[in-house]
Amino acid sequence: MATTDGPDFGERENYLNAGHGLKSWLLTVDHKRIALLYLISITFFFFIGGFFALLIRLELLTPVGELVQSDTYNKLFTMHGQVMVFFFVIPGVPAVLGNFLMPLMIGAKDLAFPRINLLSWYLYVIGGIFMMYTILNGGVDTGWTFYTPLSTEFLKTNVISAALGIFVAGFSSILTGLNFIVTIHRMRAPGMTWNRLPLFVWAHYATSIIQVLGTPVVAITIVLVALERLFHLGVFNPALGGDPLLFQHLFWFYSHPAVYIMILPSMGIISEIVCCFSRKRIFGYTAMTLAVVGIAVIGFLVWAHHMFVAGISIYAALIFSLLSYFVAVPSAIKVFNWTATMYKGSITYQTPMLYAFGFIGLFTIGGLTGLFLACLGVDPHVHDTYFVIAHFHYIMVGGMVMAYLGGMHFWWPKISGRMYPEGWGKLAALIVFIGFNLTFFPQFILGYMGMPRRYHSYPAEFQILNVLSTAGATILAVGYLLPMVYFTWSMRYGKPAPANPWNAAGLEWQTHSPPPTFNFDEQPIVTWEAYNYDEIGEVPEKEREEVPVAH
Amino acid sequence: MPTSQAVVDEHAHEHPELLHHFATAGQQKNAASLGMWLFLAQEVMFFGGLFCAYLVYRYKYFADFGSASQQLDIRLGTTNTVVLICSSLTVVLAIRAVQLGKRMALVFWLVATILLGLAFLGIKADEYAEKFEKHHVPGASFSYHELLPGQQRFPEAERQYANPHHAEMFFSLYFAMTGMHALHMVIGVGLFGYLAYKGWRGKYTPAYYTPIENAGLYWHFVDIVWIYLFGLLYLIDRHR
Amino acid sequence: MFGHFPLWPESASTAAGNVDALYIFLLLVSGIMTTLIFTVLTIFAVRFRKQKGQRAVQIEGSHHLEITWSIIPFCVMMVFYIWGAVIFFQERTPPQDATEVYTVAKQWMWKFEHQGGQREINELHVPVGRDVKMIMTSQDVIHSFFVPAFRLKQDVLPGRYTTLWFRATKPGTYHLFCSQYCGTQHSGMIGWIVVMEPRDYEAWMSGGSGNQPLAVTGEKLFSELGCVTCHRSDTQGRGPNLVGVFGKRVLLEDGRTVTADENYIRESILEPGAKIVQGFKPVMPTFQGQVDDEQLNALIEYVKSLAAPQSGRSANTSPAAGASPQL
Repeated sequence: MATTDGPDFGERENYLNAGHGLKSWLLTVDHKRIALLYLISITFFFFIGGFFALLIRLELLTPVGELVQSDTYNKLFTMHGQVMVFFFVIPGVPAVLGNFLMPLMIGAKDLAFPRINLLSWYLYVIGGIFMMYTILNGGVDTGWTFYTPLSTEFLKTNVISAALGIFVAGFSSILTGLNFIVTIHRMRAPGMTWNRLPLFVWAHYATSIIQVLGTPVVAITIVLVALERLFHLGVFNPALGGDPLLFQHLFWFYSHPAVYIMILPSMGIISEIVCCFSRKRIFGYTAMTLAVVGIAVIGFLVWAHHMFVAGISIYAALIFSLLSYFVAVPSAIKVFNWTATMYKGSITYQTPMLYAFGFIGLFTIGGLTGLFLACLGVDPHVHDTYFVIAHFHYIMVGGMVMAYLGGMHFWWPKISGRMYPEGWGKLAALIVFIGFNLTFFPQFILGYMGMPRRYHSYPAEFQILNVLSTAGATILAVGYLLPMVYFTWSMRYGKPAPANPWNAAGLEWQTHSPPPTFNFDEQPIVTWEAYNYDEIGEVPEKEREEVPVAH
Repeated sequence: MPTSQAVVDEHAHEHPELLHHFATAGQQKNAASLGMWLFLAQEVMFFGGLFCAYLVYRYKYFADFGSASQQLDIRLGTTNTVVLICSSLTVVLAIRAVQLGKRMALVFWLVATILLGLAFLGIKADEYAEKFEKHHVPGASFSYHELLPGQQRFPEAERQYANPHHAEMFFSLYFAMTGMHALHMVIGVGLFGYLAYKGWRGKYTPAYYTPIENAGLYWHFVDIVWIYLFGLLYLIDRHR
Repeated sequence: MFGHFPLWPESASTAAGNVDALYIFLLLVSGIMTTLIFTVLTIFAVRFRKQKGQRAVQIEGSHHLEITWSIIPFCVMMVFYIWGAVIFFQERTPPQDATEVYTVAKQWMWKFEHQGGQREINELHVPVGRDVKMIMTSQDVIHSFFVPAFRLKQDVLPGRYTTLWFRATKPGTYHLFCSQYCGTQHSGMIGWIVVMEPRDYEAWMSGGSGNQPLAVTGEKLFSELGCVTCHRSDTQGRGPNLVGVFGKRVLLEDGRTVTADENYIRESILEPGAKIVQGFKPVMPTFQGQVDDEQLNALIEYVKSLAAPQSGRSANTSPAAGASPQL
């Protein structure tokens, strides 16, 4: 059933040429166009957050702060965190790849609520405007975690505009999640049962549950912080009878499940890539679906592991530590299942697969270090040190960003109708992997040695590890710039892509590259299991020629 | 199986409201319903944060909250509760009207809902004004000098007064919770205004009244939130 | 930069040994796990690369494997959990006879006050081999008391006390960091813990210009603020007799029982109406705004020193500390 498509998309109607002019893009309700709108805005914020990161790493080359003032440094790490978390990592995969692919994967014409999808993007942009205003109007220096009473009583920076930006972007996230859940429930093609859904879709389903149920809690918490600043309410202010720990509980109740919003979609991407480039069905489909839903559910129960030394009782700490170990099990299962999928596979090493290998390795390290943090014996030492920073960057950058890049390469032919240059792709993947590890592995050591996070200046004995980390960051930056350049290049000069260059399973590959506006020429009817690589077989030699071998 | 375009053409003829990406009107209605229920689920979590804060401080400052609660006007609060419950009834009657194809009855009941909603907001504004006059609005001009519940039975010299900071906490939560609720009501009233206009123009028929139904769900939710607010804010110490 | 290139922090407390042991165990298990997965991945990547004429073998899954590789990691994690919980419990249970040091954190400095009255800023002298308990509060935002060499940290909160105890094992000077972001000079809110041999420590304690023991300062305040008029040492006072009350369970008029710890005393001074002792009337005025954190510490230390005659709370080890005053 693999249909090869000639490179005639210049004449064939597709979503890219279906309307011209700014209005056709800014008022589109086509999920694919909205995905591209998100791609542009998310990349923009990635640059901003990345720029702040570069400044931070430059400052940390020397033990004494020389590049910027302390207040400026505090703003840098705050805004790096806020921009990256709320405007890049959380929306990232769902808004770009999820939006584009999910209706295609389930055989639908669009999401359930296309206009709400567009509204989601506009909310994101409005939130982004508030964030840009914050940045340009002198910044904010609360730390991305906004702890009270520092953020409510003691800082004179743009706390409220930052809070507003995050609040509005939060509703973008909620509506996206809502849209996805309804779409998956109600818009599947005939024959597309739950057990035939690609794992990418399952991952987004679990993510969407977290988005819908978790985000409102941080939304109301941010409202309370803003009200407290404006009207001196005292809900979180001990001087007026308030409790700063209440803020932390409310904040982390969302912000912990938020990290699963960040990683679950990426896990969906990896499942698709590993299966395609091993030419195999996933090992343990049911276990994988249970794992994503399990992570989403248990993920709501562990938030106070961010507060072991915050002043909570011993008993609360014991419970949250135990639950945190529970949530580690389904994550481990996924790593084992991906590995097992490769067993007796027929593996090729195109760029997406390289990113998948990188993901599995780095997510393993990041996940294992999470076990250190969940451990009540170790956390009092490493909490709020560079150990934590290393841990979450292994997951968010080594995990999410690598999966996102792998997914972008995998589905680029479908999205743009062009192939990216494979040689450059492999090179960039290698540079990213090396740069990443050099940046963040030294930080584990720094953390155990006791270097606290959010430190502008530090004792001299920490310098060499900081220098290594900064060197890595520069390499990583190069690795990120390369795809931006060659993806852009490929839109004009890349080899035109057939419908299914990878001969992959999945409904999205059964339609043209790029797809027509309404996705399919005819309503698909599904009679096969997901990852039916036994029927698809190997990539035939004839079609292999269509894939660029070398650049 | 006919091509999707043919299905669309056929349905468009029967169901002018059918959007292009749905196969049947039933699918569209189910999707809209599920969407509204999910939206309400996130609203529960949204208000949940405030209720959580309330629970924490009610437990911590038990008596002071009782004292502050007694400062609210129970008659106005009860009236508002009755008003909202009636407005939920009018919404249901509006839905019944459109199910029976009665266009003017639909508009009538929607307008009744709007009026009741506005009545609620008006009474609330009156309550807020009274709180402002008595300096019970949190902030720089807050001042509170009231007895703890049940202190009247002690001789004057021994009566204990509520802690003003803790009373202010009650009022902070009172304004945040009722304010957020009022905001949702304003949105609801606006929504019904739009629906009443569209209904008057004949857009809703027995075959298609999903927006009325979903707006009704939203309104019932807002009503239920108020019932909890009424109990927790107005009634916690009335038994003395 | 290359002169001193350590990769492991110093160990200077009893907790450090325990934490390091668990950390090394975690490192070993993680290392094995990582190596295992990397190796298997590499082997599969090579062994099962696409080869002419060979097809992939479709494997649906294996219940046995799923269960195995769920249960075994879970059991290993339970070892992490229990071992960690035991250490945590020990770290959170201060020994009875610990020397106490009151800490007031503020933007951006650490203020310490020993029971003997010695005050220090950003530097804390402690004796080696003796239990020390920090009783900490903040004047403004949340800070965190972090000593990497001890492997311990505890957030320091405004409006209440948190505690941290340790026993130093090695004389030396160790970093003290604030590890909860607290504003502009967060990375400047650092200092030193100076661990001394007992003899040097005694010498240091008795040096300086005649420090007044904290409890004596507290006693003076107790009198100046008028506390003594109601809190008499007999049963005639309008307030409860405070002799021997510290650390005991107190019955309140609403039926609850609470422990009279530092937070309870502090609350009783600042918000007397919050908890009324059974049998007493709610007539105590609040002292909010009339006492600062250091004065509160002194008052609390004084109340602690009011030992009941027989039970006798353990005396301070410092010779400069005054004897328990008699009312």
